[in-house]
Amino acid sequence: MSGTIYTETLIYAAPEQFVNDAPYQLAIVTLEDGRRLTARIAEKSGGRVQIGDKVELAEYRDGIPFFRKV
Amino acid sequence: MRPVAVIGIGKTAFGAFPDRDLRSLAVEAGLKCLEDAHVKPSQVEAFYLGNFAGPSFVGQNHLAPYIAGAMDITGVPCTRFEAACASSGSAFFHAVSAVGAGLYDVVLVGGVEKMTSQPTPKVTEILAGAGDMCGEGRAGATFPALFAMIARRHMYQYGTTREMLAAVAVKNHANGAKNPQAHMRKVITMEQALGGKPIADPLTVYDCSLISDGAAAVLLVPLERATEFTDKPVRVLGIAQTSDQVALDQKEDITTFKAVKEAAQRAYKMAGVTANDIQFAEVHGCFTIAEIVASEDLGFVKKGEGGPYALQGCTALNGPRPINTSGGLKSKGHPVGATGVAQICDVVAQIRGEAGERQLQRHSIGLAQNLGGSGATAVVTILGAAA
Repeated sequence: MSGTIYTETLIYAAPEQFVNDAPYQLAIVTLEDGRRLTARIAEKSGGRVQIGDKVELAEYRDGIPFFRKV
Repeated sequence: MRPVAVIGIGKTAFGAFPDRDLRSLAVEAGLKCLEDAHVKPSQVEAFYLGNFAGPSFVGQNHLAPYIAGAMDITGVPCTRFEAACASSGSAFFHAVSAVGAGLYDVVLVGGVEKMTSQPTPKVTEILAGAGDMCGEGRAGATFPALFAMIARRHMYQYGTTREMLAAVAVKNHANGAKNPQAHMRKVITMEQALGGKPIADPLTVYDCSLISDGAAAVLLVPLERATEFTDKPVRVLGIAQTSDQVALDQKEDITTFKAVKEAAQRAYKMAGVTANDIQFAEVHGCFTIAEIVASEDLGFVKKGEGGPYALQGCTALNGPRPINTSGGLKSKGHPVGATGVAQICDVVAQIRGEAGERQLQRHSIGLAQNLGGSGATAVVTILGAAA
């Protein structure tokens, strides 16, 4: 599964269950078929992303999709 | 529909009040409102309450009769409305609809939230529940993050800058500093606003509304009966509530709130006015970017021009179209379930000429815009002097 970054943010103030992950990058990805998906960015394997960057699915962790820069 | 008037307003101060419980705040606002309207509790025919998350924040359910009973209002329909941060805007919309339809003559509408008894990460988590918890919420989105993603896209498409966002915060703090009931009465500089602690990039702490306790209430009657109670009735000229997808990623264009645009067009049509006729507005600036987007969606400026409009001072107290003379959600505070009705109180106070240091010269027609979540509920109300 791959797509393009539609928008993104770097979250510093996290909800209770993700406090230990902060700061972490969250993005809305426009997939190749046009659907949009909110996903985390796998920063360790691909670095941070910007609008327009091409990304691919790296893995699912606890049901959450993580994308990384292509 | 018969015309409806607001004949009373009442608000608590907004702030962090560790020694106050939810009910005492709501009762204070309600009783102030009844006194302002010259109405006895026994005359109230229905009670509409906006509250987002009392059960999560303080563990109390069945809130509407709980609060009404404490004001000696019993025996009549008492109902809670939940629509995220538009909870009391929605309660107000439905109360206006009921009075307009002739179901009741004397209706009290309240809004309340008690947020500061929980630590910030818990508050963030409860608020995130106004989004899609199977999608964006599960992935770790917070409300600041959703609006940060809106800001990023707005910057990308329209060249909106950090300075434009900061200008909204500086202006709202300047207004709130003059509001005795505001949560944070503190003037801030552009340098401070630009250098705030990051919350969700590009938004800093100065781009985000406050976590507040507070309550507000208004009293509605049919316009034809308004002068029985008051010599300064304010008429509901137009009102609409609309909806959209809850999840931000299901919206085609996140730089605009479709629900707000639709609600505004319907409210303008009902009132027989255009955006140009609106002299001032209280808009839902839960984040600085939200105020910029609101000024575009309400038709005050063209799409993409909301940032420069704010930076040039057009929305300041002395500008051509003042926005959030109360200080807005940023400085006045944002007890989420109280916000919609508090906005109505603030617009009514301006129309009556009771806004003190913040009183505008042109104040005969104003607008209130209340937003739920990242735009899944919108309520737009246009109010005007009844005489």
